[in-house]
Formats: sequence, structure tokens, C-alpha cells
Amino acid sequence: MSDKFLSISGLKKHFGNNRVLDGIDLEIERASITTIIGKSGIGKSVLLKCIANLVLADEGKIQLDGRPIIQSRKTARQPGGVCFSYMFQNNALFDSMTISENISMPLLETTSMSTHELHDEVEGMLGRLELGDVSSSYPAELSGGMRKRVALGRALITKPQIVLFDEPTTGLDPERKFSVLEMIANYRKQFGFTALLVSHDIPEVFEISDRVAWLDQGTLRFIGKPEELELSADLELSRFLDMANYGRNKTE
Amino acid sequence: MIRTIGSSTLCVVAEFGGIANFAVLSIYEFCCQRRRLAKWVLAVHEIGVRCVPIVAIVGLFTGLVMGLQLYYTLARLGAEAALGDAVALSLIRELGPVLTALMIVGQAGSSLASEIGIQRNDEQIDALQTMGIDARGYLVGPRLCASFICFPILTACFDLIGIFGGYLTGSVLLNVDAGVYWNHVFSSVQFADIYGGFIKAAVFGFLTITICAYRGFYTHLKSSSRGVRGVSESATRAVVFSSVAVLAADYLITSFLI
Ligand SMILES: Nc1ncnc2c1ncn2[C@@H]1O[C@H](COP(=O)(O)OP(=O)(O)O)[C@@H](O)[C@H]1O
Ligand SMILES: [Mg+2]
Repeated sequence: MSDKFLSISGLKKHFGNNRVLDGIDLEIERASITTIIGKSGIGKSVLLKCIANLVLADEGKIQLDGRPIIQSRKTARQPGGVCFSYMFQNNALFDSMTISENISMPLLETTSMSTHELHDEVEGMLGRLELGDVSSSYPAELSGGMRKRVALGRALITKPQIVLFDEPTTGLDPERKFSVLEMIANYRKQFGFTALLVSHDIPEVFEISDRVAWLDQGTLRFIGKPEELELSADLELSRFLDMANYGRNKTE
Repeated sequence: MIRTIGSSTLCVVAEFGGIANFAVLSIYEFCCQRRRLAKWVLAVHEIGVRCVPIVAIVGLFTGLVMGLQLYYTLARLGAEAALGDAVALSLIRELGPVLTALMIVGQAGSSLASEIGIQRNDEQIDALQTMGIDARGYLVGPRLCASFICFPILTACFDLIGIFGGYLTGSVLLNVDAGVYWNHVFSSVQFADIYGGFIKAAVFGFLTITICAYRGFYTHLKSSSRGVRGVSESATRAVVFSSVAVLAADYLITSFLI
């Protein structure tokens, strides 16, 4: 088994004249956390959706655990039979189901767990997410940050081998932001999943990231360890990081 | 000109193929899923139980009006006694299945199309897909399987209530003898009539639910506008298309059955 759990090569995707992804090459090691940073609207979500098989790429290969992801919209069979989760940028919760139904949904539909076990799992998850009080509310009754945490719970409850997080911390207060990042890091330690994360919370997210990739103009212009970011000679990258307060925080 | 005709014909054929494929895959994927019975029962409730009041009301009024109209027409020929045959046969063969299907389209079909359309726009369908749950099997399959049983049963309700409505106008208000009315109803209706009505109902159910679900499911590809407007367009189109499909299929099936 190769240690490259996810490998992407030459991935291209355009919408009309808009070349969103123009040759993405990325290799991700098993049980690592990789963060993708980049401006809004640059194609981070599109990249994740290509990996999740929700968007059909024009060109390129995506391999998960050594097997190619069959890029087709035909069935919902998961890519390569790997247990996999996706946390949507807009959460995509089932709005006519309660919070606990939302979180239990993937287990209920895809595993043969007994009602009792299922209940315990969901209760545990709700507790960890500090959502115990609202378990029978509906998504529309929660704040944005709470909905994010529900989406996080729904993504992690199946103990997936790979998780794609699309901006899991956006819109959270600083304290919750840390607890969500900590939760991702803890889960990774516990279950050893591989994570691909999109985030704008530039200094904070580096704490849990093994590697950082910077998406700009359709390609990953920087891939490396968080510490190496500052050493990069790319002027635009330094400008982007300056804007995001990176570096300044460190000297303060 | 010829090119336009050719390409639009191809489009229509492709669309029919797409719809048929969608229906078959929905049922197949539903059969592969877990908790089928629970989902099916819920769908029966949604399509069947919730439509009972409207079907009953429309059935009653249809029967009442038919009793009235047919009575005066038959009276001109001196054949009032045949009111029972006329009401029962026209309801069981034609009006029952067609009107029931149209009522269910109005009640359940439009809500199905908009519900699935909203789930599409909100990425809930994509979310199902990433969880490894086939969205067609989850959302559409149970409803399709429920329609096979709901449409015939509701049609039967409609027929019974309609025949009773005919009795109300014919015997209670006007002067057809009750015994004569019911006797004619029982003697004129053959098993083949009922059977044909049920076949129609099942076909209409399959057609309407498939069309409504299909329009909702592909609202992002088929609508000219986006977002909420796209969903409302899908719901309207779904109702219009499935109503037309019901009438067209009715003509086809009738010509085969007669
Ligand atoms: N379904 C779509 N149709 C057309 N254009 C799209 C679609 N999805 C995304 N785009 C375009 O792709 C670009 C990248 O979008 P996105 O990946 O959502 O950005 P972000 O990096 O902020 O997540 C945007 O310019 C957007 O307009
Ligand atoms: Mg995005």
C-alpha cells in the first residue's frame, strides 16, 4: 500500500470561459491534514467537489488509496469503496430533520447499527459538539456557528477514512474556532483519518496542519509545511499572507 | 427547418429516455437501501393518506354533477333507469382514474417537485451523495413504489364516492328508484372495467410521480431561471407535464383496452 492516500494529477475544470482549475497536482499522505488556502472564488470548493465526485472534472486523474475515483454522476457508490465524508461550505443540513436526526442519518442509512448503539453514538457526538440542548431543534432554529458544528458532527460520525472540510471554522467565534480545530485534530489522532481542509483562518489553522497548499490562478502555487510558507520567495504569496495577518501575529 | 425538427425530436426522445432511466434507477437503488419499509410507509402517507380528503370531495361532486347531467339526457330518451350504468361505467372506466390522478398531481406532485428542487439547490442532494446514499433511491424510489398502490386505492375511493353521489342526485333528489339505480350499477360493471381502471391508475401514478420527481431532481439543469424561481418553474412544469401525460396515456390505454 502506498502512503499517498490521495493523489491528484493534472486536474482541470472550467465553467464556460472561467478556467477554475488549470492543472492541479497534489499528493496527500495517509492520516495527514492538508490545508488549502487561497482567495475567495478561486476554486477551492470546486477542487473539493471534484474529489468528492460532485463535479465532473474536464481532465486529470484522482486516485484514492491507489484506486482511481470513477468520475461519473451515475451512482452514489463512494469513491473506491473508501469511507469518506464531506463537510459542505453551506452545511447542506437536511432542514426538515432535527439535529439528532441529521447527525444520525449517515449511520442509519449505511450501517446496520442497532438503535441503542446509534443513540449512544449520536448522544456522544452531540455532547462533544456542545449541542445536547438543541438535539430536537431544526437547523433553521440554530445560529450559524451551531449549524457548522452540526455539519461537522454529521461528517465525523461515520468515522471516515478521509474527510473534506470546506471552511469548517468560518463564522465561528474565536473560542469555538479553536474547539472545532482541536476536535478535528483529536479525531485525526483517534481515528487516523486523512483530512483536506479549506480555511481562511490563517494563523490558527496552521497549528493542526501538516501541510499547506496555496491555490491561485488554477494551480497550487505552493505546497509545503506551514513553517516553510514564510520562506517562500513568491511575492504574491507573501502579500496574501500579509493580508491574512500571518507573520504579524508571530512577531507580536 | 429539417435540422430543427430533427434536433428537437432527438431532444424529446432523449428526455423520455432520461425519465425512464431515472425511474428504473430510482426503484433499483431504493431496493438496495436500508429501512425500505419505513420509507415506503412514509411515502404512502404523503401521497396516499394526505390526498384522501381532496379525492373524496372531488369524487362526490363529480358523481353529483354526473347524476344530474346524465339524468336529464337519459330522461329525454326515456331511459332514466340506465342512470346507474352510465354513472358507474363512466366513473370506473374514465373519470375515476383521470380525475384522481389530476388531483394527486395537484396535491402531492407539485409538493414533490418543489421539495426535491429545494433539496437540490441547497446541496442536500449532493450531501446524500457524499454519504453514499443514492439520492434517487432515497427521495424518489419510495414515492414511486408508493404510487403503485396509492393511485389505484384512491381511484377506488373516488369511484365509490362518485357512484354514491350519482345515487344522491338520481334517487334522492330526482326520481330514479334506488333499487333500480343500484341494480343497474351492479349488473353493468364487469370485472374488466375495474381491472382496466386500476391499470390506468397505476400507470398514471408511475408517470406523474416520475415526471414530478425528475423535474425537481434536475431543476438546476432544466429550469431557465435559478434558485427559488427555478424551483417554482420546476413545480409548475411538473404539474403541467404530468397532467398532459395523464391525458395522453389515458387515450393510449383506452384504445388498447377497448
Ligand atoms: N456550478 C458552477 N457553475 C459555474 N461556475 C461555477 C460553479 N461553481 C463554481 N463556479 C465558479 O468557480 C469559481 C470558484 O468557486 P469556488 O470554488 O466556490 O470558490 P472558493 O474558492 O471561494 O470556494 C468561481 O469563480 C465560481 O464563479
Ligand atoms: Mg468555497
